Amino acid sequence: MYAQMVKSTGQGVKTREEMSPEEAHFQDRVDADEKIEARDWMPEGYRKTLIRQIGQHAHSEIVGQLPEGNWITRAPTLDRKMILLAKVQDEAGHGLYLYCAAETLGVSRDDLTEQLLSGRMKYSSIFNYPTLTWADIGAVGWLVDGAAIMNQVPLQRTSYGPYSRAMIRICKEESFHQRQGYDIMMKMAQGTEAQKRMAQDALNRFWYPSLMMFGPSDAESVHSAQSMAWKIKIDTNDGLRQKFVDQTVPQAEYLGLTIPDETLKWNEDKGGYDFAEPDWTEFFDVLKGNGPCNHDRLKARQDAWTDGQWVRDGLLAHARKKAARKVAAE
Amino acid sequence: MNALHEFLLRTGDNCLILGHRVSEWCGHAPVLEEDIALANTALDLLGQTKLWLTYAAEVEGKGRSADDLAFLRDAWDFRNVLLTEVPNGDFGRTMMRQYLFDQYHLLMLQGLAQSSDETVRGIAAKAVKEVAYHVDRSRDTVVGLGDGTDESHRRMQEALDYLWPYVGEMFASDTVDAEMAEGGISPDPASLRDAWDAAVADTMAEATLALPDSRFHHKGGRDGRMHTEHLGHMLTQMQWLQRAYPGATW
Repeated sequence: MYAQMVKSTGQGVKTREEMSPEEAHFQDRVDADEKIEARDWMPEGYRKTLIRQIGQHAHSEIVGQLPEGNWITRAPTLDRKMILLAKVQDEAGHGLYLYCAAETLGVSRDDLTEQLLSGRMKYSSIFNYPTLTWADIGAVGWLVDGAAIMNQVPLQRTSYGPYSRAMIRICKEESFHQRQGYDIMMKMAQGTEAQKRMAQDALNRFWYPSLMMFGPSDAESVHSAQSMAWKIKIDTNDGLRQKFVDQTVPQAEYLGLTIPDETLKWNEDKGGYDFAEPDWTEFFDVLKGNGPCNHDRLKARQDAWTDGQWVRDGLLAHARKKAARKVAAE
Repeated sequence: MNALHEFLLRTGDNCLILGHRVSEWCGHAPVLEEDIALANTALDLLGQTKLWLTYAAEVEGKGRSADDLAFLRDAWDFRNVLLTEVPNGDFGRTMMRQYLFDQYHLLMLQGLAQSSDETVRGIAAKAVKEVAYHVDRSRDTVVGLGDGTDESHRRMQEALDYLWPYVGEMFASDTVDAEMAEGGISPDPASLRDAWDAAVADTMAEATLALPDSRFHHKGGRDGRMHTEHLGHMLTQMQWLQRAYPGATW
């Protein structure tokens, strides 16, 4: 998942006594791991939180096309070019499933797009970092998709049916994406001196932004508590981040690359690594629009939308004419 | 000059250069479904490139690979028609170029699927299915935008007028084509023109677009004598990593 800092009702989880009969019944269904479907009754807060979360995830897939798309025309072999193109195409497909899932909650894709383009809705902070060398394409697959999978695998069990089903499809493709990223990193790490340098540099630049993908600690967050009670968030940010670090460190070692964290150390007692927190000031700066690529990413999406207006209008006008001609002929 | 090798380069380079151009759209199309469809088209063309250039390298017999041919030749050794290398322009021009080429590509592949050369026949049999879909889609888009709003109509007419002088090269035959036709390996491109004209006239009528009547055409792509200035820029981007880090494995 690529959603960060998703706000819920902000009022904390209601006790059983505070719940209306509908809310209590709804919570029973969630607790029993039943799937909630579009036509079922649901609390307004559940619906709104889901729209925010799924919308942000969808936008991330769409904006996420850009940093990787940046290398399609420079991919070094025919196979790499095809694999990257297929991967970026998958991201667009994920965006499509997710917008469809959001639409079942009563919001249109155009509406969500408009909110992205006007800056009212966010996408993941990670896509505001540049892809500067071919190794970055490896690092994005390995680390960024790797971090996304950490979140998405549990979300296959999320309480909202359409979201859960979208996530099941997405997860199948994401694990392939991560493997292709790691495969690029292997080639680079075992390659020439220049390639090794690119690989290490990519890891240096993407490590902390990848840790930020999980969002700041949410142990005290009322939003997260509510989302977890509704099973639209399954694990805590810190829990997922720990899992990601524990999985990634041995992979970096295998590649012969160094994680840019001098404090990184195995902690026998907790059975996981101790590691340095990312710079959360930087994270909030990026969310506010001050990341290295915020302006360019949003501008690229705005331009695509504006430049494409005549195409959407033209195809719509033709469809209407065609329908009118058909009616006239009948 | 080995005519079969030359023919395979022409066929493969058309796919490579057009596939590359189409891939430039990734992430920037007017609507999500179009982004996905353009990527599909580019992927099909690049897949076909790999097959054609692998065979071209084999026929050449100098131990080169499809990647060597794609990434280590300079512009004058490319054999694609000029139509495929012109810049994308707006979405309308991209789709008009796609349609003009797809319609040719389909006819050519239908012929190649009957080739006397078994490898050519095999590649064409696979590619023709993909290209049948390409032409369906690009034709629908040309018709939709031609017969859409005043603005979309104007843009599509401009695209057709701009691209028209690049059409004729697809059907220009030379001694390579004569040799291929004689051996039953490939149809003579000139022989496809009537069927192409009929299909395109039909499409443009439906799209309410006026076919230019000039038969003048630019040439120099398929024999490499004189490409457009655009190809060099595309290659600097496409070949950059291979050129900057020679001998590296990716």
